[in-house]
Amino acid sequence: MNIITNHGPEQLDFNFIKEVKERSCQPVDLCYHCQKCSVGCQVASYTDFRPNQIIRMIQFGLKDELLKSTAIWLCVNCETCGARCPNGISVSAVTDTLREMALEEGVPAGVKNVPLFHQAFLNSVKSGGRVHEPTMLVRYKLKSGNLFEDMKMGIDLFKKGKLPLFPSRTKNKDQVKKIFDRVKGTGFSRCGQNFNSASIEERG
Amino acid sequence: MKFAYYPGCSLESTGQEFDYSIRAVSKALDVELVELPDWVCCGSTSAHATSHKLALALPAQNLVIAEEQRLDPVVPCSACYNRLKTAEHAIKTNDELRKQVESLLGCRFTGEVQTKSALEAFTKDVGLTAITKRVERKLTGLKVVCYYGCLTSRPPEAVAFEDPENPQSMDKLMKALGAEPLTWSYKTDCCGASLSITKADIVYSMTGRILDAAVEAGAQAIVTTCPLCQTNLETRRRGGIDIPVFYFTELMGLAFGLPDTNRWFKKHMVDPMPLVRSLTETG
Repeated sequence: MNIITNHGPEQLDFNFIKEVKERSCQPVDLCYHCQKCSVGCQVASYTDFRPNQIIRMIQFGLKDELLKSTAIWLCVNCETCGARCPNGISVSAVTDTLREMALEEGVPAGVKNVPLFHQAFLNSVKSGGRVHEPTMLVRYKLKSGNLFEDMKMGIDLFKKGKLPLFPSRTKNKDQVKKIFDRVKGTGFSRCGQNFNSASIEERG
Repeated sequence: MKFAYYPGCSLESTGQEFDYSIRAVSKALDVELVELPDWVCCGSTSAHATSHKLALALPAQNLVIAEEQRLDPVVPCSACYNRLKTAEHAIKTNDELRKQVESLLGCRFTGEVQTKSALEAFTKDVGLTAITKRVERKLTGLKVVCYYGCLTSRPPEAVAFEDPENPQSMDKLMKALGAEPLTWSYKTDCCGASLSITKADIVYSMTGRILDAAVEAGAQAIVTTCPLCQTNLETRRRGGIDIPVFYFTELMGLAFGLPDTNRWFKKHMVDPMPLVRSLTETG
């Protein structure tokens, strides 16, 4: 069965909805598109697809379009969609799953800097068990190339003593390292079932 | 009353005045806070946006420590609270997930501790009666809007401790301090803090909606319970808006007549002193 998209006819991929359902544990086939999620969505005016469109695209199996969309990276996970859905679907939980899938499959992010920020943040957690904002921000700036953006804000925060030079670290660093190592293994869904996947850490 | 205290990374940097004021008002109310030894970062948005497993394992590590201490953790930052509470909910309601997390951490959960946001701990456990008794200088004439943000309200089944669409605890607290909480429609909207560094253009528009609504409601200040919201609302704003954003604990400290309040207010990115001074003069 085919569906006509902006890029021409495409084969419907029913494996996609199965995978999203299994991993996110959200009943995405129950959606009847009342659009309460899209009306409440805080970022809908900035994304390429609105929450109920994301669900519709999953129902149609439009995996490639979704994994490269800006919507999955601009979702702020405020959970307004899930709180208001009459069918108990959290689109926010679904976007978490879609982002994981996009990273696993190496799909270039629709909003390049967002995953770069997450990576810088998690690297900071991995090295000290806690986030040290100044070094995390420098790492992110170097990766993203936005070196001088927000320079003034950074200086203002520094003057207020809000960007401490020395990091606070946990003595639990070995345990943190263990956690980061162990999450690389077999993945599990939001309801605890196993599946095979890679994590962002493995791709560095 | 005794709690475990999980400050989280923000309270050591951009949200320092939240940390200072929480410790001070707790002392004033005879609440003992024991900092969770060797706490680790909750992973925040970055963990749950990229790895479901990490998003449970990191906050759950802190629950393990709290269980060892046999104390309920009090978590001021809404993002940390959301992550710890979500992990607690997963562990307590789903045996499969509990086993998965136990094998990641190499531990066993007893499920005996209950994570609380600082707002919940003060308004429900300590209670408004005890808080009202401690007020020395009522904040009479101070018009505020209470901004709860998204992370203490949603997802409701896991994290909400009151009505997720129209929470009241902070409004009641402000009344108890003598301030006047105003009605507005943006209590649980999202300020976009998780995109603050990466998509500032979008965030300016999101904070703009909230700041404009606060001014339109006639508020002199916004009161919040989240260090990410506070920093975001004060730093990501276009020119011409000078409404300050307080942590609820700072206003408690002010109403209790605590000596350190000026030290907290000096940390703000939007100077709240003109408003504080006007209160002192009229009060």
